[in-house]
Amino acid sequence: MKFVHGVKADITADIVYMMCPMHLLKLEEMIKGLDQGQVLEILTDYDGALEDIPQWCDRTGNEFMGLDEDEDYYRFYIKKNSNKTGND
Amino acid sequence: MRRCYFDHVATNPLHPEVLEAMMPYFKDNFGNPLSVYDLGMMARDAIEKARQQVADLVHAKPPTVVFTSSGAEANNFALRGIAFAMQNKGNHVIVSKVEHHSILNAARFLEKSGFVVTYLPVDKNGIVDPDTVKKSINKETILISVTHASSEIGTIEPIREIAGIAKAQGIVLHADGVATCGNIPVDVKELGVDLLSMAAHQFYGPKGAGVLYVREGLRIAPLIYGGIQEGGRRAGTENVPAIVGMGKAAEIAAREMPARMEHCRQLRDALIGGVLKTPNVYLTGHHELRLPHHASFVVEFIEGEAMLLMLSVKGILSASGSACSSRALKSSPVLLSLGIPSALAQGSIVFSLGMDNSMDDINYFLEEFPQVVKKLRDMSPFAKGWGSGGEGDQCYTGG
Repeated sequence: MKFVHGVKADITADIVYMMCPMHLLKLEEMIKGLDQGQVLEILTDYDGALEDIPQWCDRTGNEFMGLDEDEDYYRFYIKKNSNKTGND
Repeated sequence: MRRCYFDHVATNPLHPEVLEAMMPYFKDNFGNPLSVYDLGMMARDAIEKARQQVADLVHAKPPTVVFTSSGAEANNFALRGIAFAMQNKGNHVIVSKVEHHSILNAARFLEKSGFVVTYLPVDKNGIVDPDTVKKSINKETILISVTHASSEIGTIEPIREIAGIAKAQGIVLHADGVATCGNIPVDVKELGVDLLSMAAHQFYGPKGAGVLYVREGLRIAPLIYGGIQEGGRRAGTENVPAIVGMGKAAEIAAREMPARMEHCRQLRDALIGGVLKTPNVYLTGHHELRLPHHASFVVEFIEGEAMLLMLSVKGILSASGSACSSRALKSSPVLLSLGIPSALAQGSIVFSLGMDNSMDDINYFLEEFPQVVKKLRDMSPFAKGWGSGGEGDQCYTGG
């Protein structure tokens, strides 16, 4: 797993306490609204996201920049990397 | 026999337009809102329309509206959802003593789960003093929950003032708006609440639909885990007809509210004036700061349940504020919190009015009420000597 610190995001989605598959649905929804190169931050305490979000990025061609562990939740950083989001 | 339904805080009949709006979703438009085909999309669109209608009623944004199955669920969701979401910040919760059981019992559950709960006292009119709220706050306080108005005594609480105190200290404020939303103007921004509970059947909508307003950006742990309904905040396939009905009822309530309030207020004032002509009957709750459709009393020397039964024989349908408690022969905690003696609290009776009531209903009731009271007092051992100033006269003077 790739860990990062101090990443500046363009937009944040706070889905702490939301369970599967909200992390992927919110990711899809939010990434649609971003321009190429912009960074999405997802706040979640759902452990399944550790596996799902990097996989989703691989599948859709977006860049998984890494995650930062906060006290109570994770901060995932995803850069919109191409037009191949699968939903555009 | 004439029927006067004076129990609108228990529930209301459906508005005909509400029933009409709901019917297609029982029949042809039965789809699951999560299904991707047309039938599902129709249901999904209907829910989003209802979300907008409810949001408009309380001047909120649609994403802040989370549909639930009832006001009681919304109250449980608020207390438990915020307490567990914020337990790392503190473990202290404040509620008032005039809350509905869905708040008081949820608070007791939190106590069993390790939280500390302060139960705020009220004055003799049932008003929560904002200064008392302020003094009850400590560094562990994470949530304050005060009802917007009690359905038992009708008193409207100073939520705006309490919100100012909560906001200044960064504490989440929930208001139980089940008795107020759809009945009096409610604006979540103006009130300053972070969470607000509502129930559709309190404003001529269906049973089985409620809402918890959750301010944008506020984290809340779900009460029910499962699917992605309501943005993952409340799982379970949606009760589409009920939600559609709630939306329609909210739209109509917003439109008709001034006329409804005026109609009910006139009837209520006539009812209160007439009832208080009977000796040793006292209004409970605040005289002015009360719901426009609500009149509640305690009647000395007799029991509320007996009054209910005798009035129902005459076609007059009302409630006793001590309904739940009376079955266990226990006085209403809300009435006791006003300082009303336990024996007197047993004589509780609540009349709540609606659009199906008329001044003729009130006049009919006012003819029957003194007779019912007299008959019961004649049978009551507690009333011995009453009125003569002799032994056994236990007149209440605190009202």
